[in-house]
Amino acid sequence: MRPVGYFSRTMLVAGLAFLYAPILSLIVFSFNNSRLVTVWDAAHSPTLKWYAVLLTNGQILDAAWLSIRIAVISATVASVLGTLGGVALARLGAFRGRALLTGMTTAPIVMPEVITGLALLLLYVALEHAIGWPHGTGAVTIALAHITFCMAYVTVVVQSRLVGFDESLEEAAMDLGAHPATVFRRITLPLIAPAIAAGWLLAFTLSWDDLVITQFVAGPGSSTLPMVVFSKVRLGVSPDVNALATLMVAIVASGIAGSAVVLHYRERRRARDVQRAAAVNA
Amino acid sequence: MAQLVSPGGRKLVAGIPLAWLTVLFLVPFVIVLKISFSEVRLAIPPYAPLFVQRHGLPVPELHLSNYGFLLSDPLYASALVYSLKVAALSTLACLLLGYPMAYAISRASSTRRTVLLMLVMLPFWTSFLLRVYAWIGLLKSDGVINNVLLALGLIHQPLVMLQTDFSVYIGIVYSYLPFMVLPLYANLEKHDPTLLEAAADLGARPFMRFARITLPQSLAGIAAGSLLVFIPAVGEYIVPSLLGRTDQLMIGRVLSDEFFENRDWPVASAVAVVMLVLLLAPILLLQRFERRALEAER
Repeated sequence: MRPVGYFSRTMLVAGLAFLYAPILSLIVFSFNNSRLVTVWDAAHSPTLKWYAVLLTNGQILDAAWLSIRIAVISATVASVLGTLGGVALARLGAFRGRALLTGMTTAPIVMPEVITGLALLLLYVALEHAIGWPHGTGAVTIALAHITFCMAYVTVVVQSRLVGFDESLEEAAMDLGAHPATVFRRITLPLIAPAIAAGWLLAFTLSWDDLVITQFVAGPGSSTLPMVVFSKVRLGVSPDVNALATLMVAIVASGIAGSAVVLHYRERRRARDVQRAAAVNA
Repeated sequence: MAQLVSPGGRKLVAGIPLAWLTVLFLVPFVIVLKISFSEVRLAIPPYAPLFVQRHGLPVPELHLSNYGFLLSDPLYASALVYSLKVAALSTLACLLLGYPMAYAISRASSTRRTVLLMLVMLPFWTSFLLRVYAWIGLLKSDGVINNVLLALGLIHQPLVMLQTDFSVYIGIVYSYLPFMVLPLYANLEKHDPTLLEAAADLGARPFMRFARITLPQSLAGIAAGSLLVFIPAVGEYIVPSLLGRTDQLMIGRVLSDEFFENRDWPVASAVAVVMLVLLLAPILLLQRFERRALEAER
């Protein structure tokens, strides 16, 4: 077992270094004074000047605000639709359209985005031609596209959570005469609530970050943050983009650290409660 | 379990997501297929209707010219072959790096395992675009890697790494590595360690134990991880746009250029159809593996 152990551990360290080195370099050079992103200007660094440049750039701020609004709406609608999809696949057994739903859940996740983006735009154009809606493209068409690929992810997350639980709790409630809607609200929903929350966050992140599909379905007037960033970095590196990346990494990292702390305390409290209950029973 | 939900409820629970995905995912592909058979024209929308009225009846007018065009210009075949090659080799590289990583995580203690899994997933939660962008700063001729190598005296003039095949492979492996590690971990974590102990007791050497026990048991994980990397990598757009060669395009970029630069929607649709046909088998295969993995959970 040993040789395989050392080899795989070395590869794990190397792989994690590979994953984090670029992120680390983004962060370090966001505090660099020089315009040249890769040459460290030791005399005048670290500096927060690129953060000031970033946060006074009206185009970036407008795009970020649009992206936030689209991401909140997309994640919320996708969570509702994805929860329905996940419940259907995990709890309904055989139903008409099951194979179709399974297929349309996996496919958007792996489908190259250029294909999905083109297909959605052509749908919008055909719809406008046929029924006069949507009028051109913009925030609404972007949100509809984002909901569609985000709900696939939520479906998978909710489904795998439900598959892990057996149905005996739900069956017991049914046997005791609870209405199906009550069973869902009082038992199924609390069970899958963490999965729905995780799905919402994942959907928010995917919507916030999407470039390729958005480029196809965004109108000329509506530029999301990734679109603005892409047109900037296509022309070369720019230090204020490093500052933006650093802010995003900081938000994600503190969110994850925060949730880890909450989980840790909840776990400790439960352990204490279990001990106390045992003591009372004894 | 059918009795859990009332018949009306069943229809709603399954029907709403089905209807949504049918309209916004399935129908669009039918439209792509349709437009790939029509002719480009200078109008809004910039393609000719597929059905023309003849003697009061709608008659379909199918043009194969877009597909003929794809065949006649070697640019398209070369972009397609290059994309398949890049995706296949990147998938292999992800597997060679990701397998030992997943294995090490699956053998770690349970607290460490949570942290390690989080570390693999964390980049996935930060922007794809910005992570690819980070590599420009590292790989440029006056970038971080060249500066370090020059300072150490290992090289005397900067290496050309950006806008080469190398940078494309780095970018794709980097972006898709978590997609390989996570399904492999899910598979390896379930292995029964007593099998390996029994083999060791019977005198099997480490390599033999790996080749005869661990590897065969993890084939489903390898397949799922590889497909999750390969399928989207074929149509990758951001990595080749930011890091890739300018003299050799990938097919995702070709599709997008046909659409945005040449405004030739029918040819762009035909490119999409060709990609879809090629990726259909891998997508169906992936679905089979995922269904099996879910059934194993039950």
